[in-house]
Amino acid sequence: VRAARDSVQLLGPAAVVAAVGLAASFASPENEIYFLNALVAVAIVVAIYVFVGNSGVLSFGQISFVAAGAFAAGVTTVPLESKTGILPDLFPVLRDHTIGNVPSLLLAAAVGGVLAFVVGLPLMRLSGLAAGIATFAVLEITHNLLREWTKIGPGATTLSLVPEAGVLQATLGALTIVAIAFAYQRSRLGRLLRATREDPAAAQAVGVGVHAQRLWAFTLSGALCGLAGGLLVHMLGSITTEQVYLELTFLTLAMLVVGGLTSLWGAVVGALAVSGLDSFLGKAEEGVDLGFTLDVPAGTRLVVVGALMALVLILRPSGLTGGRELSFRRRAA
Amino acid sequence: MTFSGLSLVAAIDAQTLVDAVGLGAVYALMAVGIGLVFGVLRLINFAYGQLVMAGAYTLAFTASWPVAGSIAACFGVVIALSLLMERAVFRPLRTHSPAVMLVTTFAIAFLLQSIALIVDVRDDTIGEPASSVAPLNQAVSIGGVDVRKVTFVAVGVAIVALGLLALLLGRTTIGLQMRAAAADFRTARLLGVRADRVIGFAVLLSGVLAATVAVILTVQNPLVAPDFALKDTIVVLVGVVVGGIDRLWTATLGGFTIGFASGVINGALPTDKSVFLPSALFALVILVLLLRPAGLFARGGGTLVERV
Repeated sequence: VRAARDSVQLLGPAAVVAAVGLAASFASPENEIYFLNALVAVAIVVAIYVFVGNSGVLSFGQISFVAAGAFAAGVTTVPLESKTGILPDLFPVLRDHTIGNVPSLLLAAAVGGVLAFVVGLPLMRLSGLAAGIATFAVLEITHNLLREWTKIGPGATTLSLVPEAGVLQATLGALTIVAIAFAYQRSRLGRLLRATREDPAAAQAVGVGVHAQRLWAFTLSGALCGLAGGLLVHMLGSITTEQVYLELTFLTLAMLVVGGLTSLWGAVVGALAVSGLDSFLGKAEEGVDLGFTLDVPAGTRLVVVGALMALVLILRPSGLTGGRELSFRRRAA
Repeated sequence: MTFSGLSLVAAIDAQTLVDAVGLGAVYALMAVGIGLVFGVLRLINFAYGQLVMAGAYTLAFTASWPVAGSIAACFGVVIALSLLMERAVFRPLRTHSPAVMLVTTFAIAFLLQSIALIVDVRDDTIGEPASSVAPLNQAVSIGGVDVRKVTFVAVGVAIVALGLLALLLGRTTIGLQMRAAAADFRTARLLGVRADRVIGFAVLLSGVLAATVAVILTVQNPLVAPDFALKDTIVVLVGVVVGGIDRLWTATLGGFTIGFASGVINGALPTDKSVFLPSALFALVILVLLLRPAGLFARGGGTLVERV
């Protein structure tokens, strides 16, 4: 019975992600993008959840690793013949080599993981407000460097001509991230970290190294964020530094908060729900036909998502799922 | 291109210094606004810049009114909005962890900015000119240095406001209660300090300061857009944390210093040299949080950081 219950916790989220992938492959070309967006949103939010959800430490910085992964995967896959034209200032090693799609995703994960480890080494000593401010500083630094340093990327211009990958890559990528997140939270390390989330003092008293556990999760989360960034850039085909900055940080945090911070199921549900709402409102800003024409002013999207996030935080801080994993058993009251 | 510290110093002239002091004064006012609320609520208000933005829009939309009316409307709107924010958002969250409150104000910041976007694009352009207060931006020439009138206003208002605040905190009952609440909120309540009143008063003061900043910034930059004061707020937050957020005076000094420093550096450095300035600033924040968590200007340990 217990094994069955455990497998529901993985198979539930995985089945939902697979269903979205399936829907994407049957959707009309014009609607496909919404399903792809949802898949990549799941990838990013679950990657953030690995650290924020399991440790209970707030981070505004995980989008840094998404950005690093996105630009790593993007810059290394632009076709060689176009590179000298659109990215003339790159370091020669980046300018003269191009790698395939799948290797670029692995590279993105590696870049995200290494970066997170280096950043986390000092920062994981902080918690609470200080962690929030320090990780926000990390986001600002990453954005500033990516935007101004043209030796490693396109700078303030758009990185374009990145090969686009289809539904299959986004689905498999999101599934991989969900599976790794599940494996981690079920592992010894994951349980140790969750113990520090529930009661840092008690966890320390029984010999759990809070700093080390947080650092492992931060690094794993960074690697998964990098991978998710790779998925993002291959979905879009072009990207600017503004697309992986404050607004994405806000949206992904909203997804995590709305779904429920402390469970994998919450991360998946929140990502799909808010991404769906966001896509719908984005469409409505241009006018959408629902029997009548719904046309809302530009900006409505973020107003609704922001209000929803604030309402959930104030009224139901544990999120839509109550921070619980998926279970078909009736809960005792 | 050769570049040395010497040429940096040489590029600092009286004009740059005057402008830098003006910027430092504005940032000091914002730092006080953020620090006051932090003191009683342990809440860093990411949405503080959006209060300033709301004030700036009020000035823009009332541009045809007499200047005094326009400024009064600005104060009215900003104070009402900050009290509303306290009632609707801060109060229900008071028992939550500081991190949850931080995320919530982050959401509120986006919410207000998007509302501004909706309000702003009615005529399909972004950016509203606030012309009524523009005359204050004229320059007066003193010994070859152009000093804009608003710089006098900014520095004067900052000094008067800080002086009044010092009197208020030091000499009145409500000020004493606020200091007590900032030192130890629970004990202060046990001793009969009324929480809602003290918090409400701190939020009110921070709203007054936000409105003041809105007027000064709008005079300097009359084109009001949804991201008005956003960059300034982020820089002030940096200054407040670096200076030491636990004490109002260190926070204020931090705000002034970062405003003065960015004024000098932006004025003296050629643009292609200052592009990485934000990275240096934020690296400084991380260093301070790690090494001197109470802030550069503070003595003793702080409560912002719990270490593991």
